[in-house]
Amino acid sequence: MAQISTTNRAAGLRATPSLAERIDLPQRVVFAAAASMIFIVVLLLAFIAWQGVQLFVKDGVPIGQILSPTWQPDSTSPDRNFGLLPFIAGTVFVTAIALVISTPLSVGLALFLSEVAPHWARAIVQPALEIFVGIPSVVWGWLGITILVPFLSSTFHDDLVLSLPIVGDVFRVPGFLTGFSWLAGSLILSIMILPTITSVSFDAFRAVPQELRTGSLALGTTRWQTIRHLLIPSALTGVLTAVVLGMTRAAGEALAVQMVIGNSPSLPAAITQPVTTLTSQITLDMGNTVFGEPWQDALWTMSLVLLIISITSVVLVRLLNKRRMAS
Amino acid sequence: MTATASQAIGRPNGPKPSLRRGSSRGSILADRAATAVLWGTGVFVLLLLGSIIVHFALAAWGVVSPSFVLSDPSDSVLGGVLPVLWNSIYMLALTMLIAVPIGILGGIYMAEYAGDNALTSAIRFAEEAISSVPSIVVGLFGLILFVDEFHWGFTALGGALALTLFNLPLMTRLSEQALRAVPQEERTASLALGATKWQTIRHIIVPLAIPGLITGVILTAGRVFGEAAVLLFTSGIGTPPHYDFSNLDLTNPASPWSPFRPATTLSVYIYKLQSEGLGIYRNQIIDGAAAILISMVLIFNLGARFLGRVLTRRLTAA
Amino acid sequence: MNTGDEMLATATHPEPLIRAIDVAAPAARDEASTTTSSIKIDTEHVSIMYGEKVAVRDVSLQVQARSILALIGPSGSGKSTFLRCFNRMNDLIPGASVQGAVHLEGENVMDSDVSVVELRRRVGMVFQRPNPFPMSIFENVAYGPRRRGMKDRRKLEELVETSLKRAALWDEVKDDLRHKSGLALSGGQQQRLCIARVLATDPEVILMDEPASALDPVSTLRIEELMRELRQAYTIVIVTHNMQQAARVSDVTAFFTMAEDRAGYLVEVGPTGRIFTRPTEHLTEDYISGRFG
Repeated sequence: MAQISTTNRAAGLRATPSLAERIDLPQRVVFAAAASMIFIVVLLLAFIAWQGVQLFVKDGVPIGQILSPTWQPDSTSPDRNFGLLPFIAGTVFVTAIALVISTPLSVGLALFLSEVAPHWARAIVQPALEIFVGIPSVVWGWLGITILVPFLSSTFHDDLVLSLPIVGDVFRVPGFLTGFSWLAGSLILSIMILPTITSVSFDAFRAVPQELRTGSLALGTTRWQTIRHLLIPSALTGVLTAVVLGMTRAAGEALAVQMVIGNSPSLPAAITQPVTTLTSQITLDMGNTVFGEPWQDALWTMSLVLLIISITSVVLVRLLNKRRMAS
Repeated sequence: MTATASQAIGRPNGPKPSLRRGSSRGSILADRAATAVLWGTGVFVLLLLGSIIVHFALAAWGVVSPSFVLSDPSDSVLGGVLPVLWNSIYMLALTMLIAVPIGILGGIYMAEYAGDNALTSAIRFAEEAISSVPSIVVGLFGLILFVDEFHWGFTALGGALALTLFNLPLMTRLSEQALRAVPQEERTASLALGATKWQTIRHIIVPLAIPGLITGVILTAGRVFGEAAVLLFTSGIGTPPHYDFSNLDLTNPASPWSPFRPATTLSVYIYKLQSEGLGIYRNQIIDGAAAILISMVLIFNLGARFLGRVLTRRLTAA
Repeated sequence: MNTGDEMLATATHPEPLIRAIDVAAPAARDEASTTTSSIKIDTEHVSIMYGEKVAVRDVSLQVQARSILALIGPSGSGKSTFLRCFNRMNDLIPGASVQGAVHLEGENVMDSDVSVVELRRRVGMVFQRPNPFPMSIFENVAYGPRRRGMKDRRKLEELVETSLKRAALWDEVKDDLRHKSGLALSGGQQQRLCIARVLATDPEVILMDEPASALDPVSTLRIEELMRELRQAYTIVIVTHNMQQAARVSDVTAFFTMAEDRAGYLVEVGPTGRIFTRPTEHLTEDYISGRFG
C-alpha cells in the first residue's frame, strides 16, 4: 500500500527555505506595528521639545523668567513677563491635595477588595470601579460645576477661623467666594484617580503569597494586625507605584480641572481660592493665541514641562519596580 | 519536674491566662474598627457611583428624547445633538479602524516574537511613556503635526490619528494579554505537527484569543468614545452644521461621511457649551448630552463583560 | 535563680539549651508516662466538614503534656485538617465547620467567646513549606511579641536570642540578625526560623504539619533533633507522611485512614513503641508494613 506522503522525501531534513520563509513577512509586519510606538514617542518628544524651547531660542526669553510668579503674556503691556510659577505651583498643589484625599480612600478600597470583601461584594464593587474609569473627564467637570462648586460656595461661605483667647486669630481660611477653587479641583481629581490607585494597589496586595498571611494569623494576630504589619510593608513598593501613577494622571488632567478651579493666573493663596494649573491654562489660551507669537510659545513651554513631568514619573515607576524585584 | 522546665520564655508563675480573657482585647477592637472602615470604603464608592448615575438619569429625564437625539442644535431652543453624536460614533469607528489592526499586530509581536532584549525594553518603555503623557499634550502634538505641519486644519482624520497614537499602548497591551492567556500547550501541539510559527499564530492562537481581543477592543472603544482633550485641538470645537447624510462623496468636506472635515464630538460639544454657551436651556442640553455619554460608557463596559463571558463559554465548550 | 538567669547562664554553652534542664530520660518512650504528665489537649468526638463533605469523622483522643504525638496515615485521611482544630485554623477556610469539643487544659477552644488570637498564641503552628516574612531575621522572630505589645528593646533582643537558640539557629545567624532577610536563608534554616518565630510567642503547644517534608535529609534530621529537645518544655503534635520519622521522634502515634465515603477517621492510637511493633488493628498493621498507603 502506498504511503500518504505530502512532502518531498528526497529533499531530506535540510531543505532550503523558500523566499517567503526567508523574508518572514508576518514577523516584520507585527514588529513594525509594535515598534511604531518607539517611533511615536520619539516624534512626540521631538516636536513638543522643539516647540517648547522656541520661547527661549526664538523669542529670546531668559530661561530663569519662567520661574517668576508674574504671568503677563500680553504684547501690549509694558510689564510683559512669562512667569510660569503660578501654573507649576498650581499643578503641584492641586495634585498634592488630590493625592492626600485619594490615597487613603483608594488604598483602603484596595484592602477591602483584597482582604475583607466576600465574593459577592467584590463582584459588585469591581465593575463599579470599571464604570468609574469610563466616565469622561468633561462629565466629571460638569458634575463639579453643577454640584460641587455651588455646594462649596453656599455651605462654606464664611471664613474658617481658629482664634485663641489672648493670641487672637491663629488660623484663618477665607471662605469660598464662588466655589471655583483649588479644593474643588483636588476633590474632583481625587475621585478621578481613585480607580487607578485602587487597582494598582490591589494587584500589589494580591501578589503577597497567601502563606504569609496564614503564618501571621497562626502566630495569634488579628487580620488588621496582619494587614498593617505584614501586608502593607510587603506591598509598599507596589502601593507607591500606584500613587505615582495616580499623581501622573492628576497632573495631566485638563478639562475637568479647568472647569472647576477658577483659573486665576496667580499663585495659590488659600485652598478655598481660585487657582490655575499648567493643563487648564493651555486649554484656555491655546485657541486664542496665534502660532508663532510668544504667548503661544509660552504655552508650548508649559506643555514641555508637562511632558517632562510624565516621563519622569515613568522612570520613577520603573525604579520602584526594580527595587521590588530586588527585594 | 523542675519549675524551670515548665516555664517557657518570660512566662510568669501562676495560673495561665484563660482563653477568654487576655491582652488581645485592644487588638481585637482595632480589628473590628478597621474592618468597618474598610467596608465603608466599598459602600462609599458604590453610593457615589449610584448617586452620579441617578443624578444624570433624573437631570436628563425631560431632555433626552428621540427628537433630542435626532435633531440639530439649531433646530430649536432646546437644541438636539444629532451631528455631534454622529461625530462621536464616526470618530470611534475611524479610530478603531486604524488602531485595532495595529494594536493587535503589535500585541502579537509582543506576545509571540519579542525576545528579552533591549529592543523589547524600548518598546515597553515607549508603551508606558505614551500612556503617561497627558491627553492634552497628545492633542497639541496632533495640532502641530496634522493641523499645522500637514496643513490639514481640523479634520476627523487628524483626530482619529491622534486618538490612535494615544490609545495604541492600551490596545497593544490588552491584545498581548489576551494572546498570552492562550495556554502554551496549544502552541507546542501545533509546532509539533510541523506548522510554522505564523501558521500557529494565525490558525490556533488568535482564534483562541478572540474573546480577550474583543474585550480589549470594547474597553479601548469606551475610552475613545469619551475622549475630548485630544480632539479639542485636532478635530475642532465648532458647532457643526446640518449634516446631509445622503452626500456620500468621501472627498467632499461637506459630507458627514468624509474624514477630511472638522468633527466636533459629543464630549467636546459639552465642553464648548459649558465654556461659552448661552441660552436658557444650556444646562439641560449639557445634562442630556452627558447622560447620553454615560449611557454609552455603561453599554460599552457591561457589553465588554457580557460578551467576554459569552464568547469564552462558547469557544471553550465547543 | 529565675528562668532568665538560668537561660543566660546556659547560653554560653554552644549546646542546645534544653538538654541542661532535661529530666525525663528519652528511653521512656515505650510507655506513655501518664503518672507525672497531665492531659494537655483532649478532643471529644470531633468531626470536621467542608460544606456537605465530611473530612474527619468522630475523633476522640488525648495529648499528654510535654510529649510528641505523631499523626500518621495515607493522604486524604484528615490528619492536617484534624491538626488545624487545635488552633482553630479551620476557621479561615470558608465552609468549614467543626463539631465536638477540643479542650485545652480543660477549656473548650470551640466556645464562641474564646479569643482565637489568644488561642493561637498558646498553640503555635509550623507549616510544611517554610513561610518566613519578607523582613529581617530579627523582625521575623520579634513579630509575634511585637503584636502582643512588647516594645522594650532589650526584652525583645533577649527574646529573639533565646528563641533562636531554642530553635538551634542562633549560631548561624547571630551576626546577621538585622541585615539578613528571612528569605535569604536555606530551606532548613528557614524552617528553624519559623520554629523560632513560634517559640517567641511563648506557646504551650506546637503543631507541626509535615515540617520536614519540603527539606533535604540533613535538615530533616536536624529538625527531628530539635523536636526531641523541644518536647521537654512543649507539647508537640506533628503530622507526618514519614513513618520512620514518627517512629524515631514521637511518644504516642495515632493512625488515621480514609473510609469508603472519603471521610478520615482515627483507627488506633497508642504508645509509639507498641503501635509499630504490636498494633491492635489490622488496618494499622497493613499500613505500617507497607501493604497500602
